[in-house]
Amino acid sequence: MGAVIDNFDVLAGGFWLTLQLVFLAAIGALVIGTVIAVFRISPVPPLRAVGTAYVTVFRNVPLTIVFFFSAFGLPALGSNASFLRIPGLDQIFTRLGIDLPYFRFAIIALSLYTGAFVCEALRSGINAVPAGQAEAARAIGLTFTQNLRFVVLPQAWKAAIVPLGSVIIAMIKNSALAGFFGVVGDLSNSGYERITVGGEPAIPLMIGISVGFLIMTVPLGVLLDRIEKRRAVAR
Amino acid sequence: MRKTRIVAALGAITLALTLTACGGDDSDGGGSGTSNFAAGSTMEKLNKAKKIRVGTKFDQPGFGLKGLSGKPEGFDVEIAKLVAKALDVPEDKIEYTETPSTVREQVLQQDKVDIVVATYTINDKRKAVIDFAGPYYIAGQSILVKADDASITGPDSFKDGTKKVCSVTNSTPATNIEKYLGDKTKQLVLFDIYQKCVDALKGGQVDAVTTDNVILSGFVATNEGAFKLAGKTFTEEPYGIGLKKGDTAFKTFINDTLEKAFQDGAYKKAWDDTAGKNDTSELKIPTIDRS
Repeated sequence: MGAVIDNFDVLAGGFWLTLQLVFLAAIGALVIGTVIAVFRISPVPPLRAVGTAYVTVFRNVPLTIVFFFSAFGLPALGSNASFLRIPGLDQIFTRLGIDLPYFRFAIIALSLYTGAFVCEALRSGINAVPAGQAEAARAIGLTFTQNLRFVVLPQAWKAAIVPLGSVIIAMIKNSALAGFFGVVGDLSNSGYERITVGGEPAIPLMIGISVGFLIMTVPLGVLLDRIEKRRAVAR
Repeated sequence: MRKTRIVAALGAITLALTLTACGGDDSDGGGSGTSNFAAGSTMEKLNKAKKIRVGTKFDQPGFGLKGLSGKPEGFDVEIAKLVAKALDVPEDKIEYTETPSTVREQVLQQDKVDIVVATYTINDKRKAVIDFAGPYYIAGQSILVKADDASITGPDSFKDGTKKVCSVTNSTPATNIEKYLGDKTKQLVLFDIYQKCVDALKGGQVDAVTTDNVILSGFVATNEGAFKLAGKTFTEEPYGIGLKKGDTAFKTFINDTLEKAFQDGAYKKAWDDTAGKNDTSELKIPTIDRS
């Protein structure tokens, strides 16, 4: 384990970068997923078609390909994803604001891909809300938006929280791919670099990397268990 | 009909057995037969098997590039052919395996290839796990920029922290350039292959690509007029032939083969036919390191 202590600064730096990446991508995925879920249940057929097409494409294309199109397709279209250079936010997440766009590309790829799964998790929650609820809401004259906002989504959210948690945990682990698409210094790749270039022993460092991921995923799992228990009481 | 076939088959088997036996006798006799390598050595093994497994790159113009012919071509491949020839292994019996920078030590340690000729820089860290014959070429790290870019003149141009540079993960050039960077997180991009770096340079995400001059001059040649090399080489990268650690006899044999090729012109011809086309500077013949 000496190798982990010797390279603690590298692993800690990698942990921090991966944490930033997954935090921002989780927000992106939740926003995209919610919008697409609303599309998929909306009464407007073209919107439903868009929602279905989105899920079909992004749930079925390998993440590597999504990353590739994000990192090499967007530049070909002349975009450096500069819309993600959000003032204020780039003070906390310094990688957002720099000229090198690969951190932003990684957020886009992870958000788009995970968004499809978030959408389906939310939809499973919406399906769990008894149809009578939405019908009653419509009967008292609520619009589609009000119906969703005040009646359906608050209940759907509770049923969706556990599958959503699994989706986010999967995304945290998927984030390791970012290191192959120009993001320098994420957790798994900075550790791997110490093994191949630094000549450090592989097994202790790989264990160190695993622990880093566990620190991110295990508390999330515990939190979800808590929420699920509270929900059980509420019912 | 069937009987004759069986007899013929038996005859063939007997003949084959006799032939093998003869071969064995010759090598035991020492020197007089087809195999004049010391018994039990790697050279004897490869010579008898009439087969050699070579690790090389498949994506390196001028050195090892697998094109439409289906076989890799380039200077590294020619060097491998020289070694095969000295072992009396025919060219079509060379088995090529793709070895990108990250797996070169592993494939040797796991005995998946006999030699690695893959723009492989000799350094102490690698020497700790494998052995090198050679060097057969001295390259140097250089910088590739867009043809109309005059703002980068050498590695010092990166010190002010604004210019962005791309290289390959887990490679010597990536470690070398870090010394010249003002802020690594804002200036350095790493990919698994150089082609992605070149794409990023084309797209304007990075201002430069850095690695050994020979690799870069390959890209200058394949993208006519789009790129140029900025400044002179700023490191010395001796390229060696990787082989299994501890096989001193095989190392000496490859070194002898290289030295012979340096003298009889086969080396210069190999260079002129491949990477030399993209790099017109005078070819310096390296000194073999026998330590």
